[in-house]
Amino acid sequence: MSGPPALALANVSKSFGAVRALREVSLELFAGEAHALAGENGAGKSTLVKTLAGVHRPDSGQVLLNGEPVVFHNPADAQRAGVAVIYQEPTLFPDLSVAENIFMGRQPRTSLRRIDRRAMRARSAELFARLGVTVDPEQPARGLSIADQQLVEIAKAISRDARVLIMDEPTAALSGNEVARLFSVVEALRGQGCAVLFISHRLDEIFSLCQRVTTLRDGAWIASEPVGGLTHDDLIRRMVGRELGALYPKQDTEAGEVALRVERLTREGVFTDVSFEVRRGEIVALAGLVGAGRSEVARAVFGIDRWDAGAVHVDGRPLPAASPTAAMAAGLALVPEDRRQQGLVMELSIERNIGLTGLRSLRRGLTISRAAERDRARDWAVRLRLKFAGLGDGVGVLSGGNQQKVVLAKWLATGPSVLIVDEPTRGIDVGTKAEVHRLLSELAGQGIAVLMISSDLPEVLGMADRVLVMHEGRITAEIPRAEATEESVMSAATGRAA
Amino acid sequence: MARVLRWDVIIGLLLVAVFAGGALGSPSFATAGNLSFALGDLGEIALIALAMTMLVVAAEVDLSVASVLGLSSALVGALWDGGMAIETIIPLVVLTGALCGLVNGLLVTRLGLPSLAVTIGTLALYRGLAYVVLGDKAVARFPPQYTALAVDDVPGTFVPYPVALFVLLAVVVAVVLHATGFGRALFAIGAQEQAAFFSGIRVKRIKLLLFVFSGTVAAFAGVVFTLRYGSARADNGLGIELAVIAAVLLGGVDFDGGKGTLGGVIAGVLLIGLLRNLLMLNDVSTEIQSIVTGLLLIVSVLTPRLISLLRPVRTGTSALKGTP
Repeated sequence: MSGPPALALANVSKSFGAVRALREVSLELFAGEAHALAGENGAGKSTLVKTLAGVHRPDSGQVLLNGEPVVFHNPADAQRAGVAVIYQEPTLFPDLSVAENIFMGRQPRTSLRRIDRRAMRARSAELFARLGVTVDPEQPARGLSIADQQLVEIAKAISRDARVLIMDEPTAALSGNEVARLFSVVEALRGQGCAVLFISHRLDEIFSLCQRVTTLRDGAWIASEPVGGLTHDDLIRRMVGRELGALYPKQDTEAGEVALRVERLTREGVFTDVSFEVRRGEIVALAGLVGAGRSEVARAVFGIDRWDAGAVHVDGRPLPAASPTAAMAAGLALVPEDRRQQGLVMELSIERNIGLTGLRSLRRGLTISRAAERDRARDWAVRLRLKFAGLGDGVGVLSGGNQQKVVLAKWLATGPSVLIVDEPTRGIDVGTKAEVHRLLSELAGQGIAVLMISSDLPEVLGMADRVLVMHEGRITAEIPRAEATEESVMSAATGRAA
Repeated sequence: MARVLRWDVIIGLLLVAVFAGGALGSPSFATAGNLSFALGDLGEIALIALAMTMLVVAAEVDLSVASVLGLSSALVGALWDGGMAIETIIPLVVLTGALCGLVNGLLVTRLGLPSLAVTIGTLALYRGLAYVVLGDKAVARFPPQYTALAVDDVPGTFVPYPVALFVLLAVVVAVVLHATGFGRALFAIGAQEQAAFFSGIRVKRIKLLLFVFSGTVAAFAGVVFTLRYGSARADNGLGIELAVIAAVLLGGVDFDGGKGTLGGVIAGVLLIGLLRNLLMLNDVSTEIQSIVTGLLLIVSVLTPRLISLLRPVRTGTSALKGTP
């Protein structure tokens, strides 16, 4: 590799409050290479991407453009310097055409200063030709598949002479053919001298697409090396920093009676014919891509959303549709995906949040017993090893991991027989993550049926007794623990024949 | 510093200041007779403010209360004119108020419409109905044993009956709001409705109940109003929803929901009442009184924000998003 890297980070650190998201991280992206960025959720990948894209400014260290230090004050600065980010789910203007989206704000003009639609169309077609794909520039963006929307974003980036393309999990929502097409586009970009930073949880993709890989763990730089000499296990070890078993301590338990039975549950246009069972003592993972309908199934089971057909039984008794109150009374608990909006009332204190699911049981006569409320909160705070100053403190001051513990506490305090957890460890630090895993395992050991939705494949593989995989609103596979591998889960999740 | 800047402390001090100012400025202010009148004059606003507090804590609002009061008054007049006994009229009218509240509540909870818009609509609708019921005329000639109930003091005190009723209801609302599961649920709904719903709280049912309660109380306040003035008119209580909301916000209830105390609201009600009384004693025109109410409303929304700007920012708080 000759010359300075097109874009580089040198010893960059970035903290958010007490959380050190990046610690002395360095990265060099050279023209003409596809460079993978690997790391678990929470390793600092997003922060790194946002630093390159001008969203965050490093607390210390430098961003280097062609070897020269630069400061991106905002995303527009980064764009002008030729850095473009393609997100997992692009945000196009749905009512504008593909060409209009590409040239938004920079439309070619005729001599009369009117928008030159013909030139816009021609130049769009040219861009797609350079990428080696066909997309109709006249088509409105509404109705384009996510894969096509990404191509529009890429075309937009190269129309602005982007020299560095950052792709943040672009394949997470793509089918096999679409992934192959995206890879050929990346090859074309490399050939034209672009540097591509590619982020993916799918190790296969890293190995087949990229020349080099940089690994992050807990915000720290672990390695930058050629992909050639690595095995899957090498890379996982770098990402996780220990053997898988240590992080995911699911004990073997005897599966008991069926606690949750979902029969042919359907919500029009969202999920179809979903049937499964979770037994006491079992952890069943619900895997799949973003948008496969996993959270939606959980929401419907818990009564947040209505279902159109099918039935849900808890401990053998049918559950009425669309009533979280009834679901709770029947012994269901849902730790939702979105802690800040759904899991907690951020303005309220720790004890009030934990008490919220027990307004009936905390009653002494007509009024709530403050003492009972406090005891309930203290009891669970201690059991979950919550780090807090006072139970009267607002949950807003807690770290993400501790907030998640409060959500778990408020639900465990109801003594559920079925616990549904939706992305239980998203955005929390590795230490707390291990605690949450140990807790889920213990709960299963105590005979609670656990249904775990997770996009974190190592978590799914490490924790689950069985893996249910959803694709486009249907369950496409049920894989026992022994047969669950990244390949078997991902192929079912992407709709490739299992 | 932060302690002194607490809103309920400020409002308490203000109350004392207005009282002291009034006593010094006007010899007839701090007399039992005037205070009794001032309290009585405040009765309807105070009653409705109790229900409004619960709604605003739950991040809803009912602007139709004054119109329900007017409709209630018009109904009392029309039915009395039609020869019905007061004992029959009162439950009927209060029931009508509950129905008005039910309509508001159903529109908000079943159709998911914003309560601000719904109750602006019913504000016009119910006032219109009041005119349909009674037209432009006024019905007076209520027997003195009934009108006395609305102005006389509870024997041995200088507390008018409506005020005694208010105290009773205030105790109930204070307990419900601050010591029951229902109250806990209200604060949770107001602060983060989605999280409340995800916690098994029956958000819609609770909101519906609040609107029904608000309509019921407003209708009852209409009965009190009618008897107190001895006159049933369709335009009775025109515009008092503003005074009610001003009192609630002045009392430190956050218009965005989730925050407030009933103690604060009572202080807010008293402050508004004393101010209005002072202005009246000093022959200030109703236009100016209206201007004062409007300014108070804005000041009460503005001041907490200013205070929070003055407060030192706590470190490591919720401003932080889970980005890494």
